[in-house]
Amino acid sequence: MSDDKMDVIIIGAGPSGLAAAITLARAGLDVVVFERGKQPGSKNVMGGILFTTILGELVPDFWETAPLERRVTTRRFSMLSEDSELAFEFRTEKYNQPPYNNSFTVLRARFDRWLADQAEEAGAFIIPETVVDGLHQENGRFTGVKTRRADGDMSADVVILAEGANSLLAEQAGLKKRPGPNHMVVGVKEVIALPREVIEDRFALEGEQGTALEYFGDAVKGMLGSAFIYTNKDTLSVGLGCSIDHLAAARIRPNELLEHFKSHPSVRNLLRGGEIKEYLAHMIPEAGYKGLPRMVAGGLLVTGDAAGLVNTSLYHEGSNLAMASGVMAARAAIAAKEKGDFSAEGLGSYLAELNSSFVLQDMEKFKNLPEFISRHTHFFSEYPRVMADLLGAYFRIDGTPKRQLQREVIAEFRKRIGVRRFLGDMIRLLKAMR
Amino acid sequence: MSEGSSAASNQGNAGIGGYLKAPAKLTLEDKLFLVAFNVDKEPHLKLKDKAVCAACKAKPCLYICPVENYTLQGEEVVLSWEGCLECGTCRIVCPHDAIDWKYPLGGYGVNFRNG
Ligand SMILES: Cc1cc2nc3c(=O)[nH]c(=O)nc-3n(C[C@H](O)[C@H](O)[C@H](O)COP(=O)(O)OP(=O)(O)OC[C@H]3O[C@@H](n4cnc5c(N)ncnc54)[C@H](O)[C@@H]3O)c2cc1C
Ligand code: SF4
Ligand code: SF4
Repeated sequence: MSDDKMDVIIIGAGPSGLAAAITLARAGLDVVVFERGKQPGSKNVMGGILFTTILGELVPDFWETAPLERRVTTRRFSMLSEDSELAFEFRTEKYNQPPYNNSFTVLRARFDRWLADQAEEAGAFIIPETVVDGLHQENGRFTGVKTRRADGDMSADVVILAEGANSLLAEQAGLKKRPGPNHMVVGVKEVIALPREVIEDRFALEGEQGTALEYFGDAVKGMLGSAFIYTNKDTLSVGLGCSIDHLAAARIRPNELLEHFKSHPSVRNLLRGGEIKEYLAHMIPEAGYKGLPRMVAGGLLVTGDAAGLVNTSLYHEGSNLAMASGVMAARAAIAAKEKGDFSAEGLGSYLAELNSSFVLQDMEKFKNLPEFISRHTHFFSEYPRVMADLLGAYFRIDGTPKRQLQREVIAEFRKRIGVRRFLGDMIRLLKAMR
Repeated sequence: MSEGSSAASNQGNAGIGGYLKAPAKLTLEDKLFLVAFNVDKEPHLKLKDKAVCAACKAKPCLYICPVENYTLQGEEVVLSWEGCLECGTCRIVCPHDAIDWKYPLGGYGVNFRNG
């Protein structure tokens, strides 16, 4: 392998690496993507809603050819207590028209393979079944990769690290430290099969419509995290993500937590008759804006989950930030090639573009949220419980006059939470999200 | 409607009535039977030093692994690698950086069919 020098080597055939590969190959650069899986996608897991603003720019009308599951036309957020649920649901036909609100459920093993086909069509070389174990450096600049194959070295002007959440190479390169358990989430998920008609009946869907349900509170036993059910064509993606340090402190096993969620009275009836097809696990980086690593060095760019580019707010966006950063890294490599300058400065347009786009602007907007939430965990434990009790009391039908009911509920609210404390919390929450 | 006997076959359902049944509860072992692996003979995960693990108070690896690959045998922490989903969580949770964590050889390890 060692003789031919490439323009760009990309590590990882996920959405980020493949978006970079498509952009580079179309600009006529020689690009190789190393992927450790048997095929692109065979190591990858997400909830998941694929957000497709960037994909639409790379492959217009992708929805006609990509292996998508359903259009997300319903979003539902719900707070669980042990025996109750308070939910907010939004359903619209508007999202059932192109571009379908740029939100589709997908199964990654299929989607990533399709995206890799697009990259190959554009002229990129994808080399699967190959682990990259290290990077080569010369005079303080990264110059290539070391793969775990005989004669497996290859050099390039630029290396793009799109290796995902478990970013061993970015750590090895000294761009970041091993993340702490408070900055990483572990996700576990099951793919549960049900016939198409049953799914459509159960979730009130027709045709390609789909639902995304997110659950907080007792869904993850009041810890920092959330659970989800996403509808696919003839399966459901059912899973959760929870902060590693919270789980470890509570000594709760991820699989047990998933079983706890699945057995909640509001959840189990949505899963009736389902047949588990697969059990999966993967991490999500959630350090947020303040925990961003160094993303540029001489000859090296870091993108997607490896760079911690995940919007940790209610939106749970990772796939589009991954693809956007991949495209931007590719553009920076193209610009560097034109200038013949592959130093950190020469590649600097990457950071400038990240900063002026939704990627870092959205992350900056929510920069205080992770810290806020970790200091206000009662939002997920105490508040849902009190809320369920108060609503249970408010809607009680037992002959009590309504005026008295109202008084009782208000008195109970004052006693258990208090107006001042609640308003204070709300103001701080709004500030953290401003 | 026929009722399956083992947990795994109890999953299947015939007729619309079948889809009203509570889902079969699978053990973790049953779930891992559903996952495709191409296991390498060489372990990709190793504990660096038994003494460090013995001295580790919280031993969070025993709880955090989604496939429960870390178990106690007597007093000793034992790590198996066959059912590993390669999530990397154990490496993050270990307070003593005591796990030699590598990816399996290319093409080996877990092979998700859905993702
Ligand atoms: C449970 C869960 C739910 C999620 N839900 C959503 C959601 O609903 N919406 C959303 O937008 N995002 C979601 N995400 C996040 C989303 O999955 C990621 O943000 C996205 O996949 C990041 O893309 P990436 O290309 O950066 O990394 P990845 O998709 O992880 O791709 C990295 C690739 O690199 C390969 N690789 C790694 N190391 C090496 C190496 N050394 N050598 C060779 N190859 C290597 C891997 O095999 C992999 O193919 C979720 C994540 C999880 C875990
Ligand atoms: S957490 Fe780390 S040091 Fe502690 S027992 Fe587990 S592997 Fe050993
Ligand atoms: S990588 Fe994940 S699945 Fe594998 S042993 Fe570690 S925690 Fe368990």
